[in-house]
Amino acid sequence: MEWETVIGLEVHVQLATASKLFSGTSTEFGAQPNTQANIYDLAMPGTLPVLNAEALRMAVKFGLAIDAEIGKTSVFDRKNYFYPDLPKGYQTSQLDFPTVGKGQLVIDMEDGSQRTIGVTRAHMEEDAGKSLHEDFHGKTGIDLNRAGTPLLEIVSEPDLRNAREAVAYLKKLHSIILYLGISDGDMSQGSMRCDANVSVRPKGTTELGNRTEIKNINSFRFVEKAINIEVQRQIDIIEDGGKIVQETRLYDADKNETRSMRSKEVANDYRYFPEPDLLPIVIDDAYIESVRTTLPELPDIKKQRFQDEYALSEYDAMILSSDLSTADYFEEVAKACGDAKLSANWVMGDLQASLNKDEISISESPISSDALAGLIKRIKDNTISSKIAKTVFEAMLAGEGDADSIIESKGLKQVTDAGAIEKMVDEVIANNPAQVQQFKEGKEQVIGFFVGQIMKASQGKANPAQVNQLLKEKLSS
Amino acid sequence: MIELGLAPLSRALANGEFSSVELTQAYLHQIAQENSDLNAYVTVCEELALSQARAADEARSQGNAGPLTGIPIAHKDLFCTQGIRTACGSKMLDNFIAPYNATVVENFIKAGSVTLGKTNMDEFAMGSSNETSFYGPVKNPWDRSLVPGGSSGGSAAAVAARLCAGATATDTGGSIRQPASFTGITGLKPTYGRVSRWGMVAFASSLDQAGTMTQSAEDAAMMLNVMAGLDLKDSTSSDTAAEDYTKDLDKPLAGLKIGIPTQHFSEGLNADVEKCIREAIAEFEKLGATVREVSLDNSHLSVSAYYVIAPAEASANLSRYDGVRYGYRCKDPVNLEDMYKRTRSEGFGTEVKRRIMVGTYALSAGYYDAYYIKAQKIRRLIKNDFQKAFEEVDVIMGPTSPHTAFAIGSKNDDPVTMYLEDIYTIAVNLAGLPGMSIPAGLVNGLPVGLQIVGKDFAEAQLLNVAHKFQQATDWHEKSPVN
Repeated sequence: MEWETVIGLEVHVQLATASKLFSGTSTEFGAQPNTQANIYDLAMPGTLPVLNAEALRMAVKFGLAIDAEIGKTSVFDRKNYFYPDLPKGYQTSQLDFPTVGKGQLVIDMEDGSQRTIGVTRAHMEEDAGKSLHEDFHGKTGIDLNRAGTPLLEIVSEPDLRNAREAVAYLKKLHSIILYLGISDGDMSQGSMRCDANVSVRPKGTTELGNRTEIKNINSFRFVEKAINIEVQRQIDIIEDGGKIVQETRLYDADKNETRSMRSKEVANDYRYFPEPDLLPIVIDDAYIESVRTTLPELPDIKKQRFQDEYALSEYDAMILSSDLSTADYFEEVAKACGDAKLSANWVMGDLQASLNKDEISISESPISSDALAGLIKRIKDNTISSKIAKTVFEAMLAGEGDADSIIESKGLKQVTDAGAIEKMVDEVIANNPAQVQQFKEGKEQVIGFFVGQIMKASQGKANPAQVNQLLKEKLSS
Repeated sequence: MIELGLAPLSRALANGEFSSVELTQAYLHQIAQENSDLNAYVTVCEELALSQARAADEARSQGNAGPLTGIPIAHKDLFCTQGIRTACGSKMLDNFIAPYNATVVENFIKAGSVTLGKTNMDEFAMGSSNETSFYGPVKNPWDRSLVPGGSSGGSAAAVAARLCAGATATDTGGSIRQPASFTGITGLKPTYGRVSRWGMVAFASSLDQAGTMTQSAEDAAMMLNVMAGLDLKDSTSSDTAAEDYTKDLDKPLAGLKIGIPTQHFSEGLNADVEKCIREAIAEFEKLGATVREVSLDNSHLSVSAYYVIAPAEASANLSRYDGVRYGYRCKDPVNLEDMYKRTRSEGFGTEVKRRIMVGTYALSAGYYDAYYIKAQKIRRLIKNDFQKAFEEVDVIMGPTSPHTAFAIGSKNDDPVTMYLEDIYTIAVNLAGLPGMSIPAGLVNGLPVGLQIVGKDFAEAQLLNVAHKFQQATDWHEKSPVN
């Protein structure tokens, strides 16, 4: 039987506010345990929440970016459960009236195709603290630094049909939140966390199968692997005549398997009810419009502009626009050197390759956008060939200076002096009579051999166009 | 001097008739005499009180005294006090010392008041007799075999027995007004949101409101002047501007329209209490007010709705008492579940556990709509009833309680009987309105309270109405202290 996979993602994004969702405590990552927890975060008796206006603004900004309905009246609720790192014994979240309602996200697949994925809602809630089970001799340590950090939980419709789409959705979401500047989106530090709801059904049917929820998958790669492994597990069970148990499962990256965490049947009844310590948040059109004015150019718009303004291919435009820093870098290079196509090739090619190798982001690039533009200018004005440019680029990476000084100090300037080139051509023809004979017998591809010899003799500096032309003239005479 | 109320004391201090230190010492002496029996205070802060009194006298000598400077008061033991235990009547918080002050406490400190101590209360403010306190029942100063009412029984008894000039208290379903009625004092529950809840240990967040226990309406106005106002730390506190609540005290009552709810003079009301209340209302007519009946059609639903909403909120508010961070933790827990279960079983008393159970049940899947949502709808209807009545009248009056104080131990067997204690007061909390109880007579030597309910944020008017009555009568001057 052929199976269809149905996936919905719940993504928790830590909002990059300076302070917590309901208290003035700093949210900075990496402080000593429990140094960033005030009396509210500790749920001391009599303490009360005050909504962080910046978190609301960020949530609305996200809603506008995905074309969502914005809840003019949103309500916080208490989600009740006991856990040692949940100080109040309830999490303040939003159930029936989230700040962000239905929206949508266009995802880009690697083959250039696009799909629109529904976003059910996005609601604000507070994060829990951390339970530390190691180093306490059989006891549990509690760190409440993270408790109360604002999260935006973004829930997708079950519109995703395979793991690659799930990754594309996640990457698009990541791209948007970075564009909006509402989170650092760092999955390794938990700033963006993904739970995947996965089920399978016979292809052609519409009824949803029993789903499992895979918790806390902390990289794009693991999302793909976890979903694939879970889909296969479900198919195997059904094909063996079994049934899928609706449950929460944990992805173990080391073993590349999912395993049961707890069954939903015995899961908590969260007893949600409206948070009486907070009034409903009422926002008006003026507020929404004021947030709208702060929206940056978003990835899809930028992609289109890159195609229109720089005549880039759709693929190049998509790659360059998906990450804001990359897009900005590319535009700086293109503007400074005046050749968008070359700029795109260098940014996506050699530059990206070297950044990947060193595992650094483009904002940490050792070659500034100005410096790269300087290099491209020298290609364009024929000072160096593309091949020599790679040598210059390597030197720039090594910190040897800008393109001009490297070309100068290494003597890499292209030879365009017709007399000098003619001399080299003559010498090569004279030294290789056998190849000349082959050429004359019609084996024209042998010209490549001559070019190679000349480039070698000139240490790559001879202008290839001139070399080609002269060779053809001389060999054909 | 301790027989004087807060306002006369303020004038006497201003006139230099005695110092705050002398006054404070007098109260501390009286507390030492009486408290072991009355049990009104759970904590007495002798050193702190005297040092605050000295500071107040010093401030006065430098011309920096306000109306409350040097006035010795007591706080209900659910207002967090930095460095002083805040136990909320519970074993759970018996060891809890807050590292911060409630806004109310902070405001009194800024006003230069003297903190005599913390008053006894029903555990987590859940009770109508002050018998659920971990620290034992408070006795009614009028008859020590009787309850003082609850949950602010300690504050009420302390004021009635002249163990302080005034006391803070809170009212979630009648916890200021009913004990004020039982102890013959003036209790004021302001409009929900008038006084900050920051630092007030929560019982039911949408109903809890801080107020005052005093001898007179004038005293209450002076205390409210210190307490009222917007607090950015409490998102539910109101930005309606606070007023000088003493400014309208002497306004004539001519033309005042008083509404008498039919439902508050029906079956269950003690005949002698009814007589007192009717006489008090007749007194208002003499002062120029007109009286008409109003109907609060849904008032019979108020107790039921309240005992869904309040326990529901409480069940979540009390989840933080888990033994993890502060407060009571059971001995030698074997694992997390054991710690939770035993900490909460051992740390909470019976009534608190009953309400947590009720509230948890009301919020559970499958019951939420039938209980919580329905109760919220009733709450809306009750609010509408009041709004309709207030289209015709300025204030609503009736008995605070159907009877006078009852015997300690007499109502402990049946929680529902105890819940019905608040039959006239609860609707006011559900509607969020300001309400008072003022002494209106004696039945068999025991005080009877008249409840006065006003429109949203009409505290100044309520205090004016109460004050004019107290100018014309002397019930508020009756005291169990000779």
